[in-house]
Amino acid sequence: MSLFAGIDIGSLSTEAVIIDQQAAMVAAVILPTEAHSTKAAETALEAALEQAGARRPELARIVATGYGRVSVPFAHKAVTEITCHGAGAHHLFPGTGTVIDIGGQDSKVIRLGPGGKVVDFTMNDKCAAGTGRFLEVMAAKLGAGLDELGPLSRAARREVAISSVCTVFAESEVVSLVARNEPREDIIRGLHRAIVNRVWSMVRAVGVEGQVTMTGGVAKNSGVVELLEEKVGQPINVYREPQIVGALGAALLARDQARALG
Amino acid sequence: MSFAAAMRYRFMKDLGAPALMAARRAMRKKRPSRPDPLFGPPLKSLARLKEIMMRHYFLARYAPGAHPVAWVTSGAPVELLRVFGFYTFYPENHGAMCGAAHMAPELCQAAEDHGYSQDLCSYARCDLGHYFTGKSPAGQLPKPDLLFASNNICQTVTYWFKALAHYYDIPLILFDTPFNFDQITESDLRYMAGQLEEMITPLQRISGVKFDQAKFLASLELGRATSETWGQVLQTMRHRPSPLTIFDTFFHMAPVVSLRGLPVAYDYYQTLLEELRDRVARGIGAVKLERKRLMWDNIAMWYKVRDFSNLFAEHGMNFVVATYTNAWAETIQYLDPDDPFRSLAKTYSLVILNNNLDHRLSLMERLIADYQVDGLVIHSARSCKPYSVGQYDLKRLLMERLAIPSVVIEADITDSRAYSEEQTRTRLEAFFEALED
Ligand SMILES: Nc1ncnc2c1ncn2[C@@H]1O[C@H](COP(=O)(O)OP(=O)(O)OP(=O)(O)O)[C@@H](O)[C@H]1O
Ligand code: SF4
Ligand SMILES: [Mg+2]
Repeated sequence: MSLFAGIDIGSLSTEAVIIDQQAAMVAAVILPTEAHSTKAAETALEAALEQAGARRPELARIVATGYGRVSVPFAHKAVTEITCHGAGAHHLFPGTGTVIDIGGQDSKVIRLGPGGKVVDFTMNDKCAAGTGRFLEVMAAKLGAGLDELGPLSRAARREVAISSVCTVFAESEVVSLVARNEPREDIIRGLHRAIVNRVWSMVRAVGVEGQVTMTGGVAKNSGVVELLEEKVGQPINVYREPQIVGALGAALLARDQARALG
Repeated sequence: MSFAAAMRYRFMKDLGAPALMAARRAMRKKRPSRPDPLFGPPLKSLARLKEIMMRHYFLARYAPGAHPVAWVTSGAPVELLRVFGFYTFYPENHGAMCGAAHMAPELCQAAEDHGYSQDLCSYARCDLGHYFTGKSPAGQLPKPDLLFASNNICQTVTYWFKALAHYYDIPLILFDTPFNFDQITESDLRYMAGQLEEMITPLQRISGVKFDQAKFLASLELGRATSETWGQVLQTMRHRPSPLTIFDTFFHMAPVVSLRGLPVAYDYYQTLLEELRDRVARGIGAVKLERKRLMWDNIAMWYKVRDFSNLFAEHGMNFVVATYTNAWAETIQYLDPDDPFRSLAKTYSLVILNNNLDHRLSLMERLIADYQVDGLVIHSARSCKPYSVGQYDLKRLLMERLAIPSVVIEADITDSRAYSEEQTRTRLEAFFEALED
């Protein structure tokens, strides 16, 4: 039986997904990227193989994506995360017209055409404003775990306005809000609002078409998803493990490419 | 003007410059050229272009004292200055040179150390950095007697040139062109033409040369013919395959920007045009494999021209048009020798950066159709606010109307500190993937 693997080496996390001929997922793992892309890719792939109970030679083709895509010597091809998140989202939610991927260092909004092909996209500019990294810094400042952010935000009774999405400025803003004894929940909701406003301007730049699907680690944050749904005015699809969508897309592309090559 | 300086200038012009060119030519002959896997054979005109620009920068050193020297902005009506025999120098062209020579970060930093903001245009920072350090990839710049600016490209030049006027303690003449929100009005035209006429008195005083209507008309005609020929050069790129890449034109535009209104620029474009037409007739493309045709928006990223040129050619993509290079041909049809001042004002005030976004949108739509463009690369330049504002709206509108794929690169014209290789690569690769059918 031949299998296909996709590996997404992001700035914070590395995912490996293995699928079979029918595109059924037989393994999916998420690991921190840490300091070494090649090693992260290798470790994630080994873990996925173990999960699938498969051996390396059974992998007919491997596609790498994410920032570390060029550092995977054993991949047959490198494809950008734009195309991969598009392919993964289209596969999971075929009605998807707009994909919002918020990762650690990048936010991307992708417009899909027929068949899940990318027709347009936009990405945040250089700084970490409006990305997962911003939320990590703020969570640490507020002594909250990443997975607590969503529930805390949804429990907020009010919302504190955060005027800056610049990580450095917002951090000092948070410090002074804490000093004023503003409730943590309200501050977190304000931070989520700041991110959502930022992402919203990117969404508007490419436009909303059909269903909206959110991918990447920040999609695990129900506080962000909720505020974004409010803006978009429609429910947003979130896969139960949104972080692996890019790797899944890469695996699907590996399968397509293998077929095209005969 | 001093007699000794004039003699020295003549000597350098008649003997020094030709000797330098001959030495260069001799050096060049020794290097055999190999056929390039990505690009068509190099243009013969390129050697001539290099000579012209080198000679211009070389003689600039000897110009002070022999000629009145003016520092001029790229959008100023320089045709008027030609009447008075000014040796003209273009700080923006010099800024581009600093960018291409990878000297911009150092010069910008020097300007920042003197209190100029990082958000100031990097052409201005390069130029001011040169003022503070004396450093330049061109060696020595000619000390100016006059600063001549027009705010038809941005307001930055007004304040930048004011700073220069203060440092060098010399006069600044500003040609103020009201922004065109809708249609140019009669009172705008009268206001602008009046300024041009008023400039004559100070120009006579600074240069010591009397205004001469016949000379003015001749200079206008030369400027017009040069811009028109430049337009024809660009139009050869409508052919498939295009005989030029936009990266070539970023260099070939130097004469129309900085030697406009002089015979040398006009002659150069005649030669270039002839060579390009011959290429078109023989079906020679600048990029060997031209699968996709692209448009560039905004000023070049000077430190990346070579890398980008290779990168896109490797993907079988050729830039065949740019709103930027087009700017020096776009409005020349308004020039009318029977109404010189008003028509000159109109020509210069309707340029892309002094015109509204609707104008830009329809211009881009027209260029996309005329040049059969498959995709658009939008450089959002940190330096150039007037060029970069509205780009996301233009991107969206062009997508809606023409379904044309595009990508935005956040970078800068010369200051590579505002450029991220990693992020740009991801954007461009995703764009390449989206362009493949
Ligand atoms: N359990 C969680 N709850 C809420 N948010 C989370 C959780 N896990 C991760 N995140 C968010 O997801 C972000 C990481 O996302 P992801 O793993 O998609 O990034 P990446 O792919 O490595 O980065 P990039 O795509 O920018 O290179 C973190 O910065 C954090 O904000
Ligand atoms: S690059 Fe833009 S801001 Fe700078 S001088 Fe030119 S037009 Fe003005
Ligand atoms: Mg990612």
